Amino acid sequence: MTHLERLEAEAIYIFREVAAECERPVMLYSIGKDSSVMLHLATKAFYPEKPPFPLLHIDTGWKFKEMISFRDATAFEKGLTMLVYKNEDGARQGVNPFDHGAAYTDIMKTQALKQALTRYKFTAAFGGGRRDEEKSRAKERIFSFRSESHAWDPKNQRPEMWKLYNTRINKGESIRVFPISNWTEKDVWQYIRREGINIVPLYFAKERPVVFRDGNIIMLDDDRMKLFPGESAQMKKVRFRTLGCYPLTGGCESEADTLDAVIAETLAAATSERTSRVIDNEAAGSMERRKREGYF
Amino acid sequence: MTDLLKFITCGSVDDGKSTLIGHILYDSKLIYADQAQALLLDSQIGSRGGEIDYSLLLDGLMAEREQGITIDVAYRYFTTEKRSFIAADAPGHEQYTRNMAVGASFADLAIILIDATRGVLRQTRRHARICSMMGIRSFLFAVNKMDLANYSEESFESIKSDVDALKRELNLQSAALMPLSATAGDNVTTPSVNMPWYSGPTLLEFLEEVETAEIRDSGLGFAMPIQRVCRPDASFRGFQGQVESGSAACGDTLTVLPSMEKAKVKALYLGECMVPEIFAGQPATIQLDRELDASKGCVLAKDASLKSQKRFAATLLWMDDAVLALGREYWVKVGTKLLPAKVESIEYKIDVNTGDHLPANVLEKNEIALCRIEASENLVVDLFRNSRSLGSLILIDRLSHATSACGVIEEIGGGRLEGVVFDDGKIRVETNLFDLFLFNPLSGTIERVRPEPSVYRLGDELPLKGRGYAYPGDFDAESEKDSIRIRNSRFAGFGPHESSVPLLSRHGLGVSENGLDPFEMYRSIIYSA
Repeated sequence: MTHLERLEAEAIYIFREVAAECERPVMLYSIGKDSSVMLHLATKAFYPEKPPFPLLHIDTGWKFKEMISFRDATAFEKGLTMLVYKNEDGARQGVNPFDHGAAYTDIMKTQALKQALTRYKFTAAFGGGRRDEEKSRAKERIFSFRSESHAWDPKNQRPEMWKLYNTRINKGESIRVFPISNWTEKDVWQYIRREGINIVPLYFAKERPVVFRDGNIIMLDDDRMKLFPGESAQMKKVRFRTLGCYPLTGGCESEADTLDAVIAETLAAATSERTSRVIDNEAAGSMERRKREGYF
Repeated sequence: MTDLLKFITCGSVDDGKSTLIGHILYDSKLIYADQAQALLLDSQIGSRGGEIDYSLLLDGLMAEREQGITIDVAYRYFTTEKRSFIAADAPGHEQYTRNMAVGASFADLAIILIDATRGVLRQTRRHARICSMMGIRSFLFAVNKMDLANYSEESFESIKSDVDALKRELNLQSAALMPLSATAGDNVTTPSVNMPWYSGPTLLEFLEEVETAEIRDSGLGFAMPIQRVCRPDASFRGFQGQVESGSAACGDTLTVLPSMEKAKVKALYLGECMVPEIFAGQPATIQLDRELDASKGCVLAKDASLKSQKRFAATLLWMDDAVLALGREYWVKVGTKLLPAKVESIEYKIDVNTGDHLPANVLEKNEIALCRIEASENLVVDLFRNSRSLGSLILIDRLSHATSACGVIEEIGGGRLEGVVFDDGKIRVETNLFDLFLFNPLSGTIERVRPEPSVYRLGDELPLKGRGYAYPGDFDAESEKDSIRIRNSRFAGFGPHESSVPLLSRHGLGVSENGLDPFEMYRSIIYSA
């Protein structure tokens, strides 16, 4: 078996164990390339049955428009239930990425996620996190246990031996499950090519209206994005290496408008994919802190 | 050669494990520019006086960076032109042994670091022992910090003889040895100019070329533990799981363990594709030609050496803060099966540092012991040396749900024979028929004396009269399915109980049937003899 086939087999094994042993699983669907790979793996794992769990998208209200239309088309095409959850309380208070910085991520993503998991009483939630993304992720188990308050205790993780996963929990507790923990960004792209997986067009370079701000290229996805004095909108051929909330996601200038070109650029890249996430660059340990508090 | 190598780095505290991996990543330009820049910045404010501290690339938790130690395993991914690698960087402190074992269970190769100025330490031995227990068959002993030992060949040679002794003690078949310096970079990715006396490969060359010896999963036959039954509608029923060994093709006859029912393969799927044959490692869906009773935890097999047994002996690594409670029920997970099970006894504890066998009646966190385990029902198991997947287990606390222990199966069945066993060539049943109970009137206690263990085969004559018991020449003793038939004082095989003879329990006590007074019946058995 090739390297990719081994990674695929590992992920499918994990999907099946959770479906067989956990009471109420759900799959977090963030619309990005990792989510597309996850959904493809889940489809393969259970065929000819459909994946026996719903998808959950935490909508901050600030995702790229193309992401939302891709999400809805995917759910329709696959015939799956797509639960969309928004922290309405936060939205009513006008919490937004421009004025509220870290509080925005906490309220509209972390709190929203916790509210949704509690509301639907999910006992296991699949996520597309990978250990090569960030240092605290590199330490996380594939089956990552969460307390009743959704907190992660990195200093006291459950041992995880061979592929004997322990899925047992007490009432109120839950498990985050990361089937593609051992994949790298390169593996994800090569798998997308090998399997012909559909991804959001934002990953491919195209002329888009953007503004240069704090060293990032931010796309003007709708008119809620206000320009500061001295800033101007420009048309640039850009693509995105990761996808999130558009005001917080930096693009890169690129000519890569085919999958092969994107892969070639990615493999030659000099910076890691998370540099395009504005929130990650705040302080060392910021990811761990957010994860302890319940972020994916 | 596989195109993916999973390895663990371990060794005692401060042997430079994280530094070594960090250095490989840095030298091979395998980290991104932003990570390298963060590393340079972090190093400037770090504890090494501005020198690059490669370990900062790996120690990712805040508590680890604060204390300058590794608490949990970190996984790092890198690719060279020859191979992809996953490195598990394991903590060295004894209190984090269980986290180190997590990394070992994942790896195919162990790099054990030895500090050239300190030689083979207790922790070195502990790590080598745990790696070996968890199934690693390929080792590299890397003698690090050679720069602090003046790059001296003599120091290296004296450590080599200690390593050779350890190799013999742990019976390691494949173990290489090399001198290097992780901080100075000697023999990490480039050959050392300081050690001309060493002519072997650099660490990176070694990792790119090494063929790992793996536990071959039973090698012989086909085995697939069932993870789940897929039934999208009434017309389709497929068994889903990962093939652990061998191959199966359409038309093959498979046996379901433990029920032993048989059926033929009707169709095979890999993902959405129908395929004619499936092979070890693949995640498959199997459709059989007839309905049979099989569900999660059963194993579909063909020509495999698997056994269905309730009792087995396993070397356990205890990982829970709560100590092992003998006789209490835990959950045991083997393959995809989860069942209640009890640890009946501790045969002996193994000193993780020295390997000495010690008598014990408690087992605490981070200790290893050979234990006898009894599951509530038959489990499909294999020896760990034959099968990584069906020879390994975890124990789960029924209340806290903690993963209390992991273990590897060393013996299947009663192991050291106990009691009186009846064997008709197909089935073995263990009984306590000839136990002797002695009442001590002074202490008021009853002592149980077990007979010499013995196996009786068809036609064997039985010692039905002893100092404390006298059985009739004809009776049936209860067994799981059929009774054990004793006729004319001989073992006459297994079969349904015949009401013309008395029925006894497996312990040799009378069993009441049809409302008969049990005492009356018991007396009649004793006195008629």
